[in-house]
Amino acid sequence: MANMQRTNVELDRLALQHSFDAKKFFIRWESLLVVILIGILVLNVVVSNGNFLGSQFFSAANGFMDKSFIVLSMAFVLITGEIDISVGSTVALSAVLMAISYNAGLPMALAIALCILVGAGCGAINGLIFVKFRELPTMIITLATMIIYRGVATIILEDRASGGFPDWFAEISWGSLGPVPYSVIVFALLATLFAVVLHKTAFGRELFAIGNNKLAAQFSRIKVNRDLFVAFLLNGLMAGVCALFLTSRMTSTRPNIADGYELEAIAIVVLAGIPTTGGKGNMTGVILAVFIIGFLRNGLGMFNVTSPVMSVIIGLLLIGTVLISNFFINKEKKL
Amino acid sequence: MLSAQTVSNENKKRRGSMREFGMLFILIALAVFFTVANPRFISGENLLDMFRNTAILGILAVGMMMIITTGGIDLSVGAVVSLTGMVSALLVRDFPNTPVIAAILVAMLVGTGCGLINGFLVAKGRIIPIIATLATMNAFRGFTFIISDSAWVSAHEFPADYKALATGGLGPVNNLVIFWIVVMIVFYYFQTYTRTGRYVYAVGSNPDVVNITGIRKDRILILVYTIQGLLAGLAGILWTAKFASAQPDTATGYEINVIAACVLGGVSINGGAGKMQGLILGVLTLGILENALPLVNISVFWQNFIKGMIILTAIVANVLIKRRSTAQGLKRREI
Amino acid sequence: MAENPSTVNSILRLEHITKIFPGVKALDDVSFDLRPGEIHALMGENGAGKSTFIKVITGVHKPEGGKMFLYDEEVHFDSTRDSQQAGIACIYQHSTAYPDLTIAENIFLGHEIFDGPLKKLNWRSMHARAKELLDSLGSELDTKTTMGELSVAQQQIVEIAKALSTDAKIIIMDEPTAALTKQESEDLYRYTRRLQASGVSIIFISHRFEDMYELGDRVTVLRDAQYIGTWDVDKITNQEMILAMVGREITNLFPKREVAIGDIVLEVKNLKKTGLFRDISFHVRKGEIVSLTGLIGAGRSEVAEAIFGIAPADSGEILIDGAAVKIQNPTDAGATGIGLLPEDRQRQALILDWEISKNIGLGNLAKFKRKFFYNVSHEEEEAQTLAEKLAIKASTIFDKISSLSGGNQQKVVIAKILTTDLKLIILDEPTKGVDVGAKAAIYEIMGELSEQGYGILLISSEMPEVLGMSDRILVMKSGRVTAEFTKENATQEAILAAAILNTEIAS
Repeated sequence: MANMQRTNVELDRLALQHSFDAKKFFIRWESLLVVILIGILVLNVVVSNGNFLGSQFFSAANGFMDKSFIVLSMAFVLITGEIDISVGSTVALSAVLMAISYNAGLPMALAIALCILVGAGCGAINGLIFVKFRELPTMIITLATMIIYRGVATIILEDRASGGFPDWFAEISWGSLGPVPYSVIVFALLATLFAVVLHKTAFGRELFAIGNNKLAAQFSRIKVNRDLFVAFLLNGLMAGVCALFLTSRMTSTRPNIADGYELEAIAIVVLAGIPTTGGKGNMTGVILAVFIIGFLRNGLGMFNVTSPVMSVIIGLLLIGTVLISNFFINKEKKL
Repeated sequence: MLSAQTVSNENKKRRGSMREFGMLFILIALAVFFTVANPRFISGENLLDMFRNTAILGILAVGMMMIITTGGIDLSVGAVVSLTGMVSALLVRDFPNTPVIAAILVAMLVGTGCGLINGFLVAKGRIIPIIATLATMNAFRGFTFIISDSAWVSAHEFPADYKALATGGLGPVNNLVIFWIVVMIVFYYFQTYTRTGRYVYAVGSNPDVVNITGIRKDRILILVYTIQGLLAGLAGILWTAKFASAQPDTATGYEINVIAACVLGGVSINGGAGKMQGLILGVLTLGILENALPLVNISVFWQNFIKGMIILTAIVANVLIKRRSTAQGLKRREI
Repeated sequence: MAENPSTVNSILRLEHITKIFPGVKALDDVSFDLRPGEIHALMGENGAGKSTFIKVITGVHKPEGGKMFLYDEEVHFDSTRDSQQAGIACIYQHSTAYPDLTIAENIFLGHEIFDGPLKKLNWRSMHARAKELLDSLGSELDTKTTMGELSVAQQQIVEIAKALSTDAKIIIMDEPTAALTKQESEDLYRYTRRLQASGVSIIFISHRFEDMYELGDRVTVLRDAQYIGTWDVDKITNQEMILAMVGREITNLFPKREVAIGDIVLEVKNLKKTGLFRDISFHVRKGEIVSLTGLIGAGRSEVAEAIFGIAPADSGEILIDGAAVKIQNPTDAGATGIGLLPEDRQRQALILDWEISKNIGLGNLAKFKRKFFYNVSHEEEEAQTLAEKLAIKASTIFDKISSLSGGNQQKVVIAKILTTDLKLIILDEPTKGVDVGAKAAIYEIMGELSEQGYGILLISSEMPEVLGMSDRILVMKSGRVTAEFTKENATQEAILAAAILNTEIAS
């Protein structure tokens, strides 16, 4: 064929492509995140007079681990180009059902299983509604279920709190292996798992394909509906995990817990470089962003910065990073 | 071919009116249900009270509709309501001689500023609306806490004429309702009879080509967010007047209610479509659900669940109706 | 039409236009003139510079060199607004309509009729005027219909009406027939001639020779950003035209190979989907190329999508190698050995942001799986092999799809399909929007595939392609197969007749 030669000649360049491209590395989003994270860690060390290097590091991390579980799965959802704003409510419903079932006599271990299961169930309901009614934007579906899930939690517990868990239950979030809290260990394991699934498996590749072009994915024989369902299921499941750690940390629960977690999770994922339009991004960025936001709050807290000011700072940080990304790094794809 | 085309045209028209008809049906069904359960529901006094309680939602929904019509969303509206309410409350607390009209203007001015910021971030910063307004939501909310020192402004600190804003009225019709009606009329005219108003639809209908047709998309986007800011400013002062208190956490999560009213009102979340007629139905439906439950001895704790289920039912029913009419259209096609 | 060039002034004249994009000369010393009341065809392969050229005329791009004259006066356009005010309207290839707005609104968007100091929009006069404009074109569309409900052809009528509503004296039409059926194209010719009769000058950009012969008075050819020449349409032959466009003579555009035809590989029996098609029965043998032709909207793509499981049929049977198979989704189709090249490669087949290799891998993700993990190097090897085999023009297989020409993008789609072990390949308009050179290459590939024993179902609206490539030809009309021809007894006229049946064939 006519163009064969040209193609062959150019192939020699193939060998080069895997080599390290310094310029490319420095304009990568994750590199910027690393720089920001280092800055924030330094800030923490300075403000804590060095205590941060000791025990404080992990106790600070333990403080924001529970909501970080949701960030992992939210990244999957956003990569497919969808959104899920019902996770905060899912956390509340899972926690409430765990608490009341324990108080009704269910063994704690089963109550914990129920908590995770309820989370997964809520995610499955979102996913099911979506794949059955693909005409509906997920923003709207999860808006409805967001109201419903919290609504159910409110019906059950009204404005009361429920707790009285066995002592060992608090250990789940307060206990540690050496200096490392269990929550951090679980997060590390789950983060690794999510990263491997996203970047090393066909399923991960499918998620990216779906986020880029759902129709092309379907024509490429990807089971688009199944994958989307799984993404929402996982998000619910992680909300259940979050509910578990959060309740353990708080020792009791109310129907209004985890309010706004969904938006915080989305904000972290976007900061991580995954646009809400989907199709790109990576787990390294997500994990970096989790620690950036977490330690930023911690550091500012030590500065006696009040939580309202922190809100302002985090809002500005989000805007700032997205603007940088839009105008300097990803000129072609907007966050 | 041609006959098939005509058939589907008829279907679409029928579908359009069917949608509003469906909403009207739900609204009437609710009204009938509440009237049967408690005849006091239909009393003039109760209805007027309900309209009064729904007015602020109605005002905000008008702005939100325009934003959603351009394909955007505004998560910061609750925060702007709170901020503007707090600003005007602090103003009249510290300067009790401030005329009410000045307080209104200041609130609207601050709101406009907030909206302008949102608009610039979306139009010039090219940040996806959900992220931009998520960030400003944090920032505006934090700012409200900062300026108020996290404290309330309570009833006795408001001058009488300020509180009269929400208690006074024209005959039996409360001021809040009058504001709502004026806002609806003004923006109905704007959307139907002005060029700029039509361009709002154009921007949402086909955002990729607006620049070719000479519409300045950026200006339209900035305009709609600014209008929403202005309306949120108005809503903010009305809110503080109505409750005779200003709290920094006022209207937290209220954006979800406003968006829900739009969704129920048939505003397409994908942009391009949405009518004032439908919006009124959506707002009233939510208004009934928020106000009438105590009348029939349903615990207010059921409110969210019922609200969520009605939203879910409405959107799913809408999809099913659409599918059925498409299927019927195909059946009628001669092949 | 005035026939003597020396006595005719040009209404629009461009001299030595040069337009440079970073790294590329998009237009290199191009000259052009448009006479009053003429229809001037602008032809050239994809990437020849036609689109850039119009964008210079409409003021979207500013040229680096050259001059533009309107009525012999030099003009500079800084925006489309300027060119519109000067009486130039452009009907773009991709609809610029607003689907949620009504016809009348679309027509008057940007120059609305309003009255009073409040500038209140006068809907009554806009609808009345829109109706007048549509009437003058011979269309009976309701001005209150929203644009999204119209067919592509109907939308184009509205676009023409819109151009007229601005009192344009020059109308540029960018590939208006690309998505139209034969009949719709005929209608468009009629509208265009009416425009011409009313004194408008028209620049008509197209890929199709039929368009040029049907409408054009003169034709200008661009190639590789350069001006090649201008001819009177009736004084240039097909061969000369192709030569001008591609710079080389394509002696045998259709390298149909003599292939041994084997057993039946695909058979469909009485396939039916309510409202879309019914009574569809046919078969394809090994090594055979069977065409499914007819007008756009006749149900051809729907049949293909039913066989491929995108939207399964309501009833009927599909047999592969004589055994009935149940195909509920594309995964089933792949498992039974059916592959589909969809009609719209950018929307349905490719991820434009991804590299060639990842797109090819997308064709069969399961194949590159090693237990739990995805094997990227395996994918890259396969992509490399296929890219070489299909002669995909790119620097490496890691080039982004968006940087490739249409023809090479299409080859990537073919490569993607070939990652799977298939028996039957359905090609839905494989040469749509592909330039002449790449077309020949795709036909070459089709020939090779049939030689390797694949059964091929070719869906195409292009008559020469259907006649040149097929062993058998099936014609669909309104959801049914109305005729079948062998390559020996097929003629253009007979196929057209079967495709439009009792509709009149325009002379």
